[in-house]
Order: sequence, then C-alpha cells, then structure tokens
Amino acid sequence: MQKLPDNFETYDETRKAGFMKVKELKDNGKRVIGTFCSYVPCEIIYAADAVPCGLCASSEEPIPAAESVLPRNLCPLIKASYGFALTDKCPYFYYSDLIVGETTCDGKKKMFELLNEIKETYVLKLPNSRDYPGALKEWRSEIIRFKEKLEDFYGITITEDKIREAIRMKNKEREIMTEYLSLGKLYPAAISGYEMGTRTDAAGFSFDIEERCRTFAARTEELKKYWEENIKGTESYRPRLMVTGCPNMGVRDKIVKAVEELGADCVVIDTCNGIRTQIDKVDETGDVYDALAKKYLNVTCSVMSPNKPRFEEMGRLIDDFRVDGVIEVILQACHTFNIEAYNVKRYVTEEKGLPYLGLETDYSQADKGQIATRLGAFLEMLG
Amino acid sequence: MQKLPDNFETYDEARQRGFLALKELKDKGQRVVGIFCSYVPTELIYAAGAIPVGLCANSEEPIPAGETRLPRNLCPLIKASYGFALTEKCPYFYFSDLVVGETTCDGKKKMFELMNEIKETFVMSLPNSREPREAAVAAWRSEIIRLKEKLEDFYHITITEDQIREAIRLKNRERVAFQTYLELGKLDPPALSGYEMGTKTDASAFTFDINDRIRSFEERTREVLHYWETERKGKTSDRPRIMVTGCPNGGVRDKLLKTIEELGGDIVLIDTCGGIRTQMQKVEETGDVYTALAEKYIDITCSVMSPNAPRFEMMGKLMDEFQVDGVVEVILQACHTFNVEAYNVKRYVTEQKGVPYLGLETDYSQADKGQIATRLGAFLEMLS
Amino acid sequence: MMYYTGIDIGSTAAKIAVLDETGAAIDRFVIPTGWSSRMAAKHIAELLENKGIYVQDTEEHEKNTLVVSTGYGREAVEFADKQVTEITCHAKGAQLLFQKEKAVSVIDVGGQDTKVILVENGLVSDFLMNDKCAAGTGKFIEVMANRLNVDIEEMFELAKAGEPIPISALCTVFAESEVISYIAEGRSREDIASGVIASVANKVATMCKRQRLAEKIVLTGGLSSNSYFAALLSDRLGQPVENSSEGRYAGALGAAMTAKKLGERRSRQRAQVQ
Repeated sequence: MQKLPDNFETYDETRKAGFMKVKELKDNGKRVIGTFCSYVPCEIIYAADAVPCGLCASSEEPIPAAESVLPRNLCPLIKASYGFALTDKCPYFYYSDLIVGETTCDGKKKMFELLNEIKETYVLKLPNSRDYPGALKEWRSEIIRFKEKLEDFYGITITEDKIREAIRMKNKEREIMTEYLSLGKLYPAAISGYEMGTRTDAAGFSFDIEERCRTFAARTEELKKYWEENIKGTESYRPRLMVTGCPNMGVRDKIVKAVEELGADCVVIDTCNGIRTQIDKVDETGDVYDALAKKYLNVTCSVMSPNKPRFEEMGRLIDDFRVDGVIEVILQACHTFNIEAYNVKRYVTEEKGLPYLGLETDYSQADKGQIATRLGAFLEMLG
Repeated sequence: MQKLPDNFETYDEARQRGFLALKELKDKGQRVVGIFCSYVPTELIYAAGAIPVGLCANSEEPIPAGETRLPRNLCPLIKASYGFALTEKCPYFYFSDLVVGETTCDGKKKMFELMNEIKETFVMSLPNSREPREAAVAAWRSEIIRLKEKLEDFYHITITEDQIREAIRLKNRERVAFQTYLELGKLDPPALSGYEMGTKTDASAFTFDINDRIRSFEERTREVLHYWETERKGKTSDRPRIMVTGCPNGGVRDKLLKTIEELGGDIVLIDTCGGIRTQMQKVEETGDVYTALAEKYIDITCSVMSPNAPRFEMMGKLMDEFQVDGVVEVILQACHTFNVEAYNVKRYVTEQKGVPYLGLETDYSQADKGQIATRLGAFLEMLS
Repeated sequence: MMYYTGIDIGSTAAKIAVLDETGAAIDRFVIPTGWSSRMAAKHIAELLENKGIYVQDTEEHEKNTLVVSTGYGREAVEFADKQVTEITCHAKGAQLLFQKEKAVSVIDVGGQDTKVILVENGLVSDFLMNDKCAAGTGKFIEVMANRLNVDIEEMFELAKAGEPIPISALCTVFAESEVISYIAEGRSREDIASGVIASVANKVATMCKRQRLAEKIVLTGGLSSNSYFAALLSDRLGQPVENSSEGRYAGALGAAMTAKKLGERRSRQRAQVQ
C-alpha cells in the first residue's frame, strides 16, 4: 500500500481525488516515472513497463513555496513544478518512482539538483546543439545510459524488441494526435486552439495509451463530421492564428482562450505540447537507439543552438494551416525563447509577411487586462 | 584599506592603453581572436600565433543598444557585450578576426547566434555536466580538436602538437605568476586590496605579451611582499576578511568590491572565473595535449556545470587557507545558474563552514548603489 | 547629564529615541520625514533642543548627547557622531523591546525596504532585504492606498472587512494596473484592499522562508503596531508573529543603544589616555 502525504486531509476534493487515482494505480503495481520535457524518449519508459507522467506545472499556487528556495526571477513553470514537489501537492510527483530530468535550460538544469534532494532525479545530458559532429552520437549514448538506469532502478532487462514495440505504439499515437491537431487546417476552422491544448495536456494524465488513442480518434471523427455537416463551405472572417514559443498551458486561459473569445481561431499550436513534437516519427527499422536519438535531437525547442529546423517547420505549418498571424508566448525569464523571439519576429514578418505579436508573461493574473488589450489590438491589425 | 601601487592603472585606463597597443599589433599583421569565457582553451589560440582578447563587457553604456535586440531581463554582461558588438564601440571586438563562443549559459548561447551575424562566431559546445566523467571529457576533447581545426582552416595554417605543448607551458607559467600574486591574500594582516587584485587581473588581459604579463605580476608580488614584511607583519587588524564569489564581477567592482573595502572589510579572496580558481589547476604538460586541455577546462567550477560539487570543495579549501570571515556572493541579474546555485552556496557557507553569507543580485546600473551599501554595511557590522 | 540619541530617518517617518546614562529610554517621538531628510534632521535637532538635549555645542549650551543616525536618511544627519545601518539597529532595538530572547527573527516592513533579520545572542547572524522593487514593502501599500483614495490606516480597516482578491503582480507598477482593472470590474474596495495587504503578507512570508527563522518572531517598523498584519503573517508562517506599539521605534532605540556603547568606549579610551 502506498502512503498518502502527511497533510492530505487539508487538500480540497479535486486534489484528494487525484491522489486517490494515482495511489490506486500504484497499489496495483504500476510503475510511474515523472518527466518534464518532450526531449525525454518516453519509448524507453514504456519499454520498462512504466508510464511516463508529465510534471510540468501550470498552476500559480505552488510558486510562493518554491520562491523560498528558488530565485523569483525564474520561469514560472520551473518554480511551480518545484513548488509542487516541495509541498507534496502533486500526486504525480508524489507517486513517481523516479524523476527524469534533462539539461535543456539553465533553470531546469539547476533546479533538478535541488529536486534530487526531494526525490531521486536522473538527468539526461542533452547536447546544447545538434550541429557539431559529436552531438548525435553523444545523445545516443545518453539514451542508452538512460535505458541502463531504468534496468538498474527496476532490476529488469529492457530488450530491443520491447523498445521497438514501444516505438511502434508511440508512432501510432503520434499519427492519431497529428490527425487530431491537423483539424486546424480545415477552413473554416473545425476546432478551437483552446480545445487542442486542453485535451492534449489532459491526455498526459491518462495512463492507458490505447485508450488515449481511441479517445482522440473518436473526437477527430466527431469534429470532422460536424465540420462536414455544419461548417464546410461557410465563410469565416475570424483570423487564423498560430501560437508558438514556450509551453503555454499555464497561460492558456489568459492568452489562447482570450484571443479566441476576442474573435480569432488558434488553428495551430507550435509548441512542445502542440503539433511540432507529433509530426516527426521515430524510424521503426534499424538501430532503435539511432532512431530515438535522431527523432529526439530534432525537437525544435529554442535550447538548441542554432535552431534552424524550428524556422523551417514553422514556415511549413504557417503555409499548411493558412495562418494569418503569429502569437509568441514567452514565459518570464525563459532566456532561450526570449532571445530567439528576435529571429522569430524577423522570420514571421519578413520571410512570411505576417504580423507577429510577442507576449512575455507568467502564471499570475496581474497582466490579464494588459494582455487582452494587446490581443485585441493585434486582431484589429489583422482586420 | 590597502594602498594601491603608485603606477596603478584603472581598468578603463588599461583598456584604453591596450587599444592603441593592439592597433599597432594589428597593423603589423597580428592575429586576434575574441573570447568570452574561461572555458575556452586559449592555448590553442596562442598555438595559432594569435592573441586571445576577452570581450566580456563591464560597462553600462552599451546596454540600451543591446536591448534593442535582446530581452531586458537578461544578464548585463551579455547585453553589454552584444551592445558593444552591435555599435562597433569595442575596439577589441572590432579587431578580432574571429570570435570564439561557448554554450555555457542560455543567454550567451543564444546571443552568439545573433553575434554571428555581426562577426563570425565559432561556438564550442560545452557539455552540461562533467558526469559521467569519461563521456564529458571525450566530448569536450573533440570540441577542442574542432576549435583547433577551425583555427587552422580560418588562418590557413597548421597547428602542431609541439606548438600547443609550448603554449601549455607558457600558460602554466603565467598561471603560477597569477596564482602567487593572488595568494598574497593569505597574508595576515592583508597587504593587497581585493579591488587591486580584481582590477589587475582583468586589466592584464590588455597586456598582450604573455611574458610582459608574467613579469608584471612577479614584480608586483615582490613589491607587496616587501611592503608586508616591512610595514604590516606582526600588526593586528580587526577588519573582517571577505571572500567574493559568484558571477564575474568586473562590471560591479566599484559598486561592490570597492564599497566593501571602504566600509571596513578586506577582500582577501576572489573566487570567480576572473579570480584564483581558474589559475590553480595547471594543464598536464606531458601526454596527449587535447586530453590534457579537456581535463583542465572541464573542471572549471562555473555554475553552468550540473552538478557542481567541485566548486564547493574548492571554495571550502580556499576559505580555510585564506581565513575567510564572511562570504559575499555576487549574482548578476537573471543569471539563473548562479542564482539557483546560490541556495546551496548559502547552505554550504553557513552550515558547513559556519561563516556568514550575503547574496547580492545586481546589474551594472547605479540604481541600487545605496541599497547595496546598506546591505554591505550591515553585513560588515554583523561580522565585527 | 549625558544623553544617547538614536535617530531613524525612514522614507516616510523619522523616529527618535533618547536614553539616559543608565540606558533607560526616557523619550521617543516621531515626525514625518517630509520631502527632505536634511530638513527633517534639522527639525529634529530643534525639537531635541526644546527638551534640553543639545546635539552640538552652541554659545549657550554644551553638547550633551551622542547621536547615532540610521535608516534610509542616515547620511542626512550631519550632526550624528556615527551612522549605522538600520539592519543592525533594528536587531538591537528589537532585542531591547522584546527582551533577551536567545534568538529572535525581526521583520521590518519599511517604506522602501523590507528586512528579515535573524538575531542570535544580541548579534545579527543573517539578514535578507527585498530587491530593488517595492513589492512587499510599505511603499506598495501606500501606492495602492492612493489608488483607492484612502490613507494607510483606512486601507487596513477596509482590508479587515474584505475577502482578498488575488493580486499577483510582482511589481508595484503592474500591481497598480491590476488594481485598476479590479476597480474597473467594479470589485469592492474592501476586497481589493484585502488583496493588497494579503499580497504584501505573502511576499514578506516568502522572504522569511528563505531564511532560518527563530522561534520568536517580532514585527518592527511602521507596521509593528498593526495586529491585523501580524496575524496575517502568523498565518502564512505557521508560527506566531508578535507585534507591539513600540516596534516602530526599534531602529531608533537600536541607534540610541549604539550611541550609548560609543559613549562608553570613548570614556574608556579617555581613561586609558589619562
């Protein structure tokens, strides 16, 4: 039997239910591994018969607790995630057997050192660049070391067959997700950006990958049918937007929901929790580690320097989704996205000839009014 | 307060003088390579017959220009350095044939992409961790070889291992001279101010002949020792002995280091990348040159490395040797790695070493001068 | 008779405390700082003179007090014999006010700066101060009170009656626009005031948690007589936070104690010379 946190009784009902749900899984012997980033090859985790669980926090609530240890001037996602860990308030962290971090950005890299004091945190050493000769080889070795870590941790053997099976399963999921997220291509839009984001993130907490696939496939069918019957052929004056930049689940209401309420459609979400990690599949033939290394090194986060593939992919998405304007979300103190924003703006406005709006924000509601004003003005600009 | 030498040159004066000297050298065909970080193995640059010049900016002046393209919420050193490059106001950047960057922190890593548009910037991919050691050293070794090949290609030259070994010997000699000078801080009562240590170390980068540099440090060391023997030895001092750690502090030296010493503390030790910690470890002079360089440089104790236990070991050792009474850590605004690591530094200093600690987050502006003086004042009052 | 005077010039108010030769506090008073610390210092000298305490030699009177100045405007007190930071003074004063506890954590919410000071055996062993911005300081409350068109005392009265609205901005300027948007939404002044005070308490509590806290926590400075604020802090810290009406004089008392120490040292030295 798994134990509950000491202050469990003080939690509200939703949180209590969350804890009970994960506890039940754990009581049934499920292995759970907490992750923070789309660079972590979750195929290895599935191959270890464990389920990966995303721990990136989107809530403002645990930030004050985190700030008793971490600097205030740091990304809210990092502070919130650490704050949850520190206060025992996230069931997924609480019941994770092991945490897997990665050296993506400075803030996370150093936060993991502190997190490791709360629960064992294994850190994958992601190269800083794809473009030097050793990058791919080093990343491949890291993935193998990660596999060995899990073997060691659980006292199991992870075979290549198991990994290949996980690759196929994840690829199938990626296809279904891509199809769902591609509904945004339809004209007029068949799905709201708010739904895409919310459902994708919520899926991270459903532990059954098969069930997840079924749900998304069904929803895609449903929306397609609705579009065919009710929307197809009608005219829409709502501008079609791309949302890019940092993971935006902590500011989804303030930005994505707000802009759709103001009269636009977010047709493509080009972030690590959006379509950009789904499109690229893992090669199913050949060496499994090579295949995983290739796929995951190509994730187009701004931590990579230089980061040309992000721009190529963004350009393709802008065309495919017939985007009218781009909104970039920068979480406070995220240096890599914040600096890269200069080039994103240049690319979007100069190469693609589209308007661009950059918004730097955090998880608080303080700038809600200000953001709404800027979003409104941006939409007015799009006509 | 310790007295400054009669011929004391401020950082700005040295920078000015260096500019003219460098122009003369350039006119004669001298190769110049700009660098930003103590992780870059300058031995290779010397072996290429070039002079490495540090481009880390200490001035507030170019920051508004830097902020036209970079976020405001970023380290002042990065914004200032980029601002200088953008406005062509730094002669050292201007005279550099090539800039060598490194993927140390997020801010620099991404800034180099933009800098590359102004002048070719070759970026070395530094591993994020020294662990596992073998993999980290191998990765860094191959990056060092890549830098060598880049320099060969860029200047159309061949760099031999003998040339590298020669440069290693020369740099090691320089490290000894620097270290001996900086170890004067161990004297009790102190005979050398921290303000001088910092200024002289940084300003020495503008003396381009390494042998001149070595001579100058040796000379000053003799002078200070003599002064200590004749005037200070055997006297008592109730000024607390301070160690300064954290980010490079060249841009806040007046606001912080000078103020500490004016308020009655003695800075005996500067444990930053511009201080003693990079001088202590030498490069192995025998065996494979690339492995030797990789081993030395991967062990630099900057907070970008995760985890960073060697920093704490080194800090503890230095605190004992220099009989430190209090530690002041300087965090430049938005430097996440030092800022997050500060939590452990405070714990280490206060709990393991039982010494008071003061953390100060600041930038190059004068806006917080009064507030910082208050904190430093209170800290010194606490120590006395 | 020799007096020992402590003058604590803050950004809003100047506090003065006087000790006699036995170390007993014989007088204390407060005046608004006004726009110039220098003018305030002059005014203080006059007020002291009316009480028979002379900070400088004049034609009719001999200087009969040692003066230690502290606080944001400490340098403006030209007649001070010594200047000491408010951190050290608050620590000393708190020790005097709250009696020789072995260790005490002092929270001083000032006009410009907020400090959390750990005092052990009468000495400061650690302290933290807010960074450049005014969040979590008295200034923050003042700006918001202006926005709601009330004074600071009324602000607290409103806050007590309200349900706190989350004010999350870290910066006074942004928080002000947050408050403006709440006003525009028609939220009640009570709720907004309550939110403002709660946000200051949250910020101060977060600062406290960055430091080891003593079992005894006391509130000094301008908010020290405010038991509502002390209760909010107690709630956030899970530990009682004591307050007293005398707390605002902690800095001045600490400065006066330092003056007394200075006097003792001077007479010792004089004795040695003789």
